[in-house]
Amino acid sequence: MSDLNAQAVAKYRNNFLKEVEACVEEGDWVKMCIQCGVCSGSCPFGPDWEHPPQELFMMIRAGKREEVLTSSSMWMCTSCYNCIVRCPREIPITHIMHGLANYAHRLGLAPKNQPTRHFSALFWNNIIKTGRVNELKLSLGLYFRDGFVSGIKVGLTMASVGLGMVMAKRLNPIELLKPHGCKDTKGIHAMLKKAREIEDRRKGLTAA
Amino acid sequence: MTEVVATNQTILVVGGGISGMTAALEAAECGKDVVLLEKNPALGGRVSQLYRYFPKLCHPTCGLEINLRRLKGSRRIRTLTMAEVTGITGQKGDYTVSVKLSPRYVNENCTACGECGKAVTAEIPNAFNYNLNKIKAAYIPNAMAYPMRYVLDPSIIGTPEADKAKAACKYDAIDLDMKEETIQIKAGAVVWATGWQPYDAAKIQPYGYDRFANVITSVEFERLADPHGPTGGKILRPSDGKEAKNVAFIQCAGSRDENHLRHCSRICCMASLKQTNYVTEKFGDEGKSTIYYIDIRAIDRFEDFYQKVKANPNVKFIKSKVAKIVEDEKTGNPICHGVDTEGYHRYATEHDLVVLAIGMAPSVPAGMIPMDIVADSSGFIQLDEANGGLFGAGCATNALDVNRAVQSATASALRAIQVVNQVARAEA
Repeated sequence: MSDLNAQAVAKYRNNFLKEVEACVEEGDWVKMCIQCGVCSGSCPFGPDWEHPPQELFMMIRAGKREEVLTSSSMWMCTSCYNCIVRCPREIPITHIMHGLANYAHRLGLAPKNQPTRHFSALFWNNIIKTGRVNELKLSLGLYFRDGFVSGIKVGLTMASVGLGMVMAKRLNPIELLKPHGCKDTKGIHAMLKKAREIEDRRKGLTAA
Repeated sequence: MTEVVATNQTILVVGGGISGMTAALEAAECGKDVVLLEKNPALGGRVSQLYRYFPKLCHPTCGLEINLRRLKGSRRIRTLTMAEVTGITGQKGDYTVSVKLSPRYVNENCTACGECGKAVTAEIPNAFNYNLNKIKAAYIPNAMAYPMRYVLDPSIIGTPEADKAKAACKYDAIDLDMKEETIQIKAGAVVWATGWQPYDAAKIQPYGYDRFANVITSVEFERLADPHGPTGGKILRPSDGKEAKNVAFIQCAGSRDENHLRHCSRICCMASLKQTNYVTEKFGDEGKSTIYYIDIRAIDRFEDFYQKVKANPNVKFIKSKVAKIVEDEKTGNPICHGVDTEGYHRYATEHDLVVLAIGMAPSVPAGMIPMDIVADSSGFIQLDEANGGLFGAGCATNALDVNRAVQSATASALRAIQVVNQVARAEA
């Protein structure tokens, strides 16, 4: 169990709803759900979720902490906003899904090989390095997700696309060795650090 | 010029539906002078458009008839139809109200013989049946209209059609020179019994009311079941006239929804439960009803009615608000998509007809009343000292069933009586 997770378990004991309200983005809306089911029915990815949003909300209220936080369901959200638009209570469902995913990730409970989680982490680590996305490294990182051999295979199938992009000056191979950043990389790092501090303080998420 | 005798001891009742009639009658029977205004050519309002009342499933004509009888027997009520309030000035105990009277083109000589209706060929949408069918442009508003007098639709005035109607009338009842007029009425207190209107179903985009012929509203379904309705009481669906034996009812269509009406419309659960009875009544065991609901709000003693419907094996309850409706292009059948709350099963269920249990919106939202009046966020009139001598009654104050609307109207009559009594004492 990660430190943060152990801490959260100790702090919120049996009240997962309270924990979600305090620690998850827009989590205080969860109690407003009237279980009408419009969000689940409106979700274009609906059939592929293990637990649709409406069920997640009920599970949160029922205190099913483990099941919710280790679920892959909220990672399936594609941010189409159909649910938010239609929700009769105006609950920001999309944001809560991302909030839950983020929280599960912070606690180290999110499913390890969930593709969305993998990509999100890859993207985040990529962009915070210099303040700019290094697209070459990002796509290569994705190719090699399932190991070296499959990475080479995917790379080869994409070779002509890559070459075309180089010719059209949409891709610069030098980026691999010498990525360009923004003017004040240090400033960006400081900003992100501060932002995280503020967020953690608000959510009470400081590792002991 | 229409002459109306009114003083600041008169009570003005705006709206001649069940609430307005009740308020007017209660006040008049207590010895007060009342002027009753109705926008339409006949009294009765939405109640006259119902097939049955819940929970006893009796016909609204019965309750209306009693009130009309009382009205005809009362000398203290002056009824003005086709009348709309356009302005109001003054304060509690002393109001002056401007009333616009639209021409009916038919005077009190009319015997409702119907010759003008036979002579005229032009047709207009029948508002009484929520425009589901057409009627002649010279028409009687409904079977028990009060006043029982024909109306000429303004669209035929100045055309040969109107002359045909005039020529057909043996009683010199048609007066094509009638003009719109505005009169001033004095009143000590005003009761707003302006009622409700069904929420605009087309605004609930995922349900496709404006795109799919076989998605209708509960008020339209009421007309389908009524023998005076467009189908003569047969439940035939609009797209192909086929008998609709598999009917879905979608609750909270527009109600309890921050995107539409914030409030619970209170009557729709009972209305749908009642309407499942129509399906069973017409088709027996072949008639199947499915109610999609968030929770059934059969308040207080209506619980018995709910239990009775629940015991009917031909009525299915699915705890889920339908997320969207699509239409099967070949059959025209609407298909309801959603996820149910009891087990989170995904469904896509085909029906012959979908009935949206449409929410109640105030007919005249408080902001449209030509004087400041305290209202809630849905536009329903609240009881407040600041309203002076203006009182809401019936569905102008809240989403109410007939029973509660009548209670509310009686209460408002009592309040209005207190105001004019004060005026009378001050002047004595």
